[in-house]
Amino acid sequence: MQFAFLLEQVVNGLVLGGYYLLIALGLSLIFSVGGVVNLAHGAFFALGAYVSVEITKYLGFGSAVVLSPIAVAMLGILFERYILRRFYTADPILSLLVTFGLAMVAEQAIRIIWGAPPISAAIPPALRGSVLAGDFLFSRYRLLILAVVIGVLVGVWLLLHKTSFGRVVRAGIQRPDMVAALGIRLQPYMTAIVMLGVGMAALAGAFFAPITIVQPAMGADIITVAFVVVVIGGLGSFWGVVIAALLVGVVRGITIHFEPAAGEASMYVLMFVVLLVRPRGLLGERIEKFE
Amino acid sequence: MFSYSRRTLLKTGAAFAGASALGFPAIVRAQATRIKIGHLVPLTGFLGAIGSYAQLGVKLAAEEINQSGGIMAKQIDLISEDSVNPATASTKAQRMIEQDGAVVLLGEISSASSLTIMQVAERNKKVFFSTGARSDALRGKNCNRYSFHCDIPNTVMVNAVGTALNQKGMVKGKKFFTLTADYIFGHDLLKAAKTFFDANGATLAGDELIATDVTDFSPYLLKVRQAKPDVVCCNLAGNQVTNLVKQYAEFGFPYPLVGFNLNTGDAWAAGEGNLSGTWPTVWYHTLDNPASKAFVAAFTQKYGKPPENHAWIEYITLKLLAQAINEIKSTESDALIAHFEKQTEFDIMKARKGYFRSWDHQLVQEAYPFTVKPKAEMKDKWDMLLLGDAVPVAAEPLEKIYPTKTQNPCEMKA
Repeated sequence: MQFAFLLEQVVNGLVLGGYYLLIALGLSLIFSVGGVVNLAHGAFFALGAYVSVEITKYLGFGSAVVLSPIAVAMLGILFERYILRRFYTADPILSLLVTFGLAMVAEQAIRIIWGAPPISAAIPPALRGSVLAGDFLFSRYRLLILAVVIGVLVGVWLLLHKTSFGRVVRAGIQRPDMVAALGIRLQPYMTAIVMLGVGMAALAGAFFAPITIVQPAMGADIITVAFVVVVIGGLGSFWGVVIAALLVGVVRGITIHFEPAAGEASMYVLMFVVLLVRPRGLLGERIEKFE
Repeated sequence: MFSYSRRTLLKTGAAFAGASALGFPAIVRAQATRIKIGHLVPLTGFLGAIGSYAQLGVKLAAEEINQSGGIMAKQIDLISEDSVNPATASTKAQRMIEQDGAVVLLGEISSASSLTIMQVAERNKKVFFSTGARSDALRGKNCNRYSFHCDIPNTVMVNAVGTALNQKGMVKGKKFFTLTADYIFGHDLLKAAKTFFDANGATLAGDELIATDVTDFSPYLLKVRQAKPDVVCCNLAGNQVTNLVKQYAEFGFPYPLVGFNLNTGDAWAAGEGNLSGTWPTVWYHTLDNPASKAFVAAFTQKYGKPPENHAWIEYITLKLLAQAINEIKSTESDALIAHFEKQTEFDIMKARKGYFRSWDHQLVQEAYPFTVKPKAEMKDKWDMLLLGDAVPVAAEPLEKIYPTKTQNPCEMKA
């Protein structure tokens, strides 16, 4: 009984990890290719949530979770073209400062547009309730999120490993100078990666608006977790981020099972231990430019 | 394309985290011919959403007072800032008194931050009106002569909801599972809840203490299901109430969810069909009395939405403070304390007037249990709550639902 319950917590943690993954994967991609830690990533998550709440009012939830990430990805083009692009080769302090500043600007902009108090959002009635699988209980809505996460994951993996687009991106992560020598400009690829990254963050925001509070600072709250996941997973590694996100979710679930007070601290302890044992993260590749 | 070390990155990451925790001080003007009043309220973090309403309320009150001639013919200079956390709240309170020359302080929602401001007030011998903190301990073992408490304490919230639950037969012989905020407020509320359960024949099947930065409650909800309680009870605060309510609706458990603490702002943020059960409130914008209606109209006109209960409490506190200073023609702490300790009654936009109880400085007033209005009966999206009868009932003295001297003793040092 006790064991079954623990297992239930582990599975629940995996589902939660899937949600961290949507945000962390984009952060990791942008970092791996562009070398920029996008501290404004949380802002796109928040925008995704706000925009989806607005769209839900007119077109319903189904359209909102599709249209909101697309709209935010379009914004990502402007973000990459006019801001990020200037900082790929600059001192990383500069890109940290500019994206941090942008995160604050975005949060205030949300305050100005939608107001400081949280706005309300709810799950469509058809998706409420839980599903029992044996003795395991799952929220129906979270199962849907899990399915979406798996779909996105497969899509991104195929994009990176089975297309010529992906080959250039992966080569760009490892050897940008060689890619340039072959006469390929990385910039358009970078625009696409940023679109994909912030689009995934917005997708996470759209799906989480109905089950967490939608308020201007929601982006700032999530960026720390995403950052921790990327650091644990290791730079430049697709599967590293996947494993790290699931691990963070599971460790949190197990910790809350035994020692609830340590639940939120567990991921930092995990990061600490991983960095001690393996400074480049779980599956981080030895990338020359970062050593 | 670029080259730098991973170590630099981690360092800058840490620096960023540190900088964002400090918050950013506002710029303050100094003008000697004005009366300075310091206002602190959380504008960020898990209480930030309801704190923003508090700031709107206090600003409206200051504007109205200034338009009608100010306090002792001087204009109010309101210094209103984000209190951030207990340590920052205390630093800012000290600065407001020492450098900005605030004659009196008001505000706060977090019981932990309120406690540190109370200590600053006592040290500097300045009066502080703790407007939104609800922990009993602030009125009891932590009480001091310079601090006044405007919101209803935890015991009153428990009594308000408890009375309503008792009438529905949801207490006697029932198993409760509580989810409690892990800081002074939550601990205190759990204590009040346990006292109520013991006195009314209910048992506590389980309790989870929850850190204030938790946003995902799914592991806790699995624990709730494991315990199979009759009633689940929320002892959380701020954004966490909204998150729990949303996720509780998501999982769709059969056990009714009730709560001993809720602010209207958290209810409004919950989303359609998510909130259910019985909860307490201290004031609601649909209360039917002339003063309340006038306030709601003025607030709605200015801000385009009705006031939340923290907007109300900030508004009435500054108003009654201005009224008191104008009457006694002094901003001296001793004169103010003496005035309020006379238990002078104030119109606080409720059927019955309120007064500060002399021995623990608690604003004694009615409270209301509420349930959620069916959607068909809502006039607009703000019209969510169906208020129950005021507690205590009209024939009984207001103090009946407040902790007594023996239950929550307060010794004020002179």
